[in-house]
Formats: sequence, structure tokens, C-alpha cells
Amino acid sequence: MTATGQLVFVDLADILAFAFFIMGLHYLSSPATARHGNRIAMIGMLFALAAILVSTHAAGWWAILIGVAIGAVIGVFSALKVKMTAMPQMVALFNGAGGGAAMLISTIEYFVTWSGEHPAGPHAGLGWIVVVSLVLSAIIGSLSFAGSIIAFLKLQELMTGRPITYPGQQVVNALIALLVIGFGGWIIVQQGVLPEWIYVTMLCAALVLGVLFVLPIGGADMPVVISLLNSFTGVAVAITGFELNNDLLIISGSLVGASGTLLTILMGKAMNRPLTNVLFGAFGAAGGTEVAAAGAGAQQVRSTSVDDVGVMLAYASQVIIIPGYGMAVAQAQHSVRELADQLEKRGVTVKYAIHPVAGRMPGHMNVLLAEANVPYNQLYDMDDVNPEFPRTDVALVIGANDVVNPAARNVASSPIYGMPILNADQAANIIVLKRSMRSGFAGIENPLFENPKSALLFGDAKATVDALIAAVKAV
Amino acid sequence: MIHLTEFFGLLTVLVLAIFVGFEVISKVPTTLHTPLMSATNAIHGVVLVGAIVIVADVFHAQSTLLFTVLAIVATALGTINVFGGFAVTERMLQMFKKKEAVKK
Repeated sequence: MTATGQLVFVDLADILAFAFFIMGLHYLSSPATARHGNRIAMIGMLFALAAILVSTHAAGWWAILIGVAIGAVIGVFSALKVKMTAMPQMVALFNGAGGGAAMLISTIEYFVTWSGEHPAGPHAGLGWIVVVSLVLSAIIGSLSFAGSIIAFLKLQELMTGRPITYPGQQVVNALIALLVIGFGGWIIVQQGVLPEWIYVTMLCAALVLGVLFVLPIGGADMPVVISLLNSFTGVAVAITGFELNNDLLIISGSLVGASGTLLTILMGKAMNRPLTNVLFGAFGAAGGTEVAAAGAGAQQVRSTSVDDVGVMLAYASQVIIIPGYGMAVAQAQHSVRELADQLEKRGVTVKYAIHPVAGRMPGHMNVLLAEANVPYNQLYDMDDVNPEFPRTDVALVIGANDVVNPAARNVASSPIYGMPILNADQAANIIVLKRSMRSGFAGIENPLFENPKSALLFGDAKATVDALIAAVKAV
Repeated sequence: MIHLTEFFGLLTVLVLAIFVGFEVISKVPTTLHTPLMSATNAIHGVVLVGAIVIVADVFHAQSTLLFTVLAIVATALGTINVFGGFAVTERMLQMFKKKEAVKK
């Protein structure tokens, strides 16, 4: 290829790449075309990689080959092995990998090419853009990398999922943030002509800050944080684009940064929690203890038997199933669908009520039920299904807790106060399948269980649902 | 090194892309939020392009072993982001398809 031909190819491939990314995202907005969307985005990525390999003449090709081989094996293997219930932490981990890459790129750029070949000098106006974007992408990349790993550890329950708080937390975080900003500013002002330890200290402080800012976040706020970290990585990638003078990185990065931010805001709205509360509110830490104290120890609940519930379900005219993360953990979704099939055979109308944050991230429950082949037309969004509850004989709550907690309506001190919930308490009977009286993901008590219309079935969700199927068949 | 005129060209592109990002996502239903998040996640894996640039820079500068290794790690991380992100999205969306086939 001639030099001009090469330039044309690289530019065209870059344009195709971002056009495909945007088209892919567009197609992802409808279930019918979503798969095409993902494939189109993949093709876009191929163009992007082809373009960059041509323009760098694949310098250091063996190093690229080693890196890609390692990454492809780890990425594809873990993507194929991960359980659908563990999807949120998998996304967090992949996101952390992207943030880590941005952090390393800036670090290498700083030490090898930038500070090495251009020892600053009077190049103001030329160097500024590079040095500013280099510092910013290193800091944001580190935040995203460290934060994502903590989010993964929390969701995978390798460490406590509860918020971790200590006195003076905000002050400590603010001081570290100041250190990061101060050193970053210093590097920018000096155009990088500084002892190496200053850059290294800035990087380490940014990593520590990433850990510390996710620690106090827990419970139902985790999905929002994952989405936020996703947009962080997008921003870091966009800024890396300025550093490397690559418009494809800028476009793709800001595309993800913007969409991630919007998604974060939408999620916050679905839970009625402003972003500032998510970041600084320590979900379920402060408010949760208050509610627990008010509940004064053990709740008064009524338990029931599988046979009674079997009869109740078999003679109902409408049953609404409210699935939660507990159902997915017990791998009960297939049994639940079988139970629904049995009931439908007897002429019972069965509907699934899906709360916007059911599962561990928005839309997670839809994925989990899809895995069990639950027909699409039986799934109802919160707003569509809530008017149905007063007309419903049995609300079957399977492994869900916070999304049906009436405390969200009227207990102002509750951490989930104001979150829209499924009105299960308006059904004639409420049957709750629970493993134990342990509180939900958010760590707060649920007055629904004490409702006189409620009865609890304790035990493993899958075993209980299987027993219910037998009971319904026997009626 | 980036000239000021180039910089404003890039800035224009940035601002336009932000608007496109907002516009494209605002129409996605809650059902698809999980696959969407993992798809956008895969798209920022384009950072792999940056990693390939940096590998080339490390080789042209004939840098030390440490930075060669770091560049390989950056490439591997970027690849995990791309391959893992797309594969996991594909897996999730396949389930949505299976469900529609059952409905028929």
C-alpha cells in the first residue's frame, strides 16, 4: 500500500468503526434487533483494530499477539462460564479491565514517550493538551480499575456486600482526592519534568481513592455504581484519545461515557435515589439500624404449609409471581415456569411482576427469566402490573424482598423510602417463599411479612416450588 | 504532539459524540439495560486500540523490559474488555431469542 492509500484506509476504517458502534447501540434498543446490534458493534471493533494495525505497521507485533492471546482466552472463557446470576460482577470486572488498560497506557506514555523524548521545554500550547489528558486519563482509569475490583469483590461476596463506613470517612476521602488533584496539577504545571515518584504517588493515591469511594456503597446501590464506573471508563478512554490524538477513541469513549451517565441517572430515578445519595449516603448503614431497632428484634410472622398453598394457587383465578434474586440464586426459575405452566393448564391467569431493579442490576431479572424460557408476554413492568394486585388472589413472592417492602411508602427513616415498589400487599393473599428470616440485599426489615394476609413458606426456593408443583397436581 | 486547531477538531467530535450517546440510549427499554450496559462496556474496550499504539511507541523508543511487559498487560486488559464484553452480551441476547422462538 502507498502512504496515501494507507492513510485513506485507516481513516475510512475508523469512520466505519464508529458508525458501526452507533448503529449497534441503536439496534440494541429493541429486543427484536438487539442481537444484530451486538454483532454490528463487533464488526465495528474489527475495523478499528485493522485500522490501528495498519497505521502502526503492527510494530511490536509479537507483544500485541501475546497480550491479545492472553486477554482473549481469559475474556471469552470467563464470559462463557459465568452464571447468569453473576452477570453484574462480570460486567464490573470487564469494565475494570478497560479502566486498567487506560491507566497503563497513560503511565507508559508518561514514562516512555512523553517525559523521555520531550523533556518539556518551551513547547507550551503543544504539550499542554497531552499532559493534561495524560494525567486525567491516568487518574480516572485508576479510579475505575480499583473501584470495579471492589464492586466485583462485594457482589461476588468475597467481602461484605454491606456498606463499610468509619468515622471521618468523607474527610479521609477528601484529603486523598486533594492529594491526587494536587500532584496531578503539579505534573501538569511542570509539564511532567518532575521526579518519577510524584507520578507514582499520584497513581497510587488514585487507586486508593477508587477503593475507598466504593467501600461505603452497598446493597441495592451497587448496580448504579457499576453503571457509573462504566461511564468513568468511557471518559478515561475518550481522554486517552486526546493523549494519543486518536478520534476513534474520543468518539467511542464519549459515546459510552454519555450513555453510561444517562443509564446511571435512569437507574437512580427508578430507585428514587439521587446520585449524591448513592455516592455519599451509605445505603442501609445509617437508616437500616434505626428501622431494625424500631422492629425490636424478631418479627411476628405466620408460616404455612406447601399443601395449603397448593390448594390456594390451584383455585385462584389470578396469580402474580414476583421473582427476586433469591429465586435465581436457588436456580428455581425453571421450576417456577413449570409451576406457572401447571396453573395455566387449570385456567389460572399467571403474570410475572418485574420491578425495574429486580435482580442485581436493571433488566437482570428479564435475562434470568429468559434463561428459563418464560414467555415474554407474561412479564409485566411495575407500572402495568400494580393496578392488577387488588384483583389478584395470590401474590407469590419468590426470593424477592426489598421490591415489595411497604416501608418504602411510609417509613421516612427507611433507606428505601420513596422507591416505587410492587403493591403485593394489595393482593388477597401473599405467599412469601424465603430461605430464612434474614433481611434482604438492602439489609432492612420488611413489614410485608407481618401483614395478616401474608404467610411464609421457609426453605430452599427450588425445593419449595417443586413441592408446590406436586401439590397443585394432586389437587 | 497536538496542534491547537487539531485539538478543537477533536473537541468538536467529542461534543457531538456525547449528544449521540445520550440520544441513542434514551430509547432503550429497562428489559435491555443489562445487555446494553455490557455492550457499551465492550465498546469502551476500543481502548485496545490505544494499547496497540502504546506497544508501538514502546518498541520505537526501545524501552526497558518493564515497560514492554506493562504494554503487554495493557493489551491483555483491553482484549479482556473487548472479547469478554461482546461474548457475554451475545450470551444474554441469545436467551432473549430462544424465548421468542418458544412463544411461536
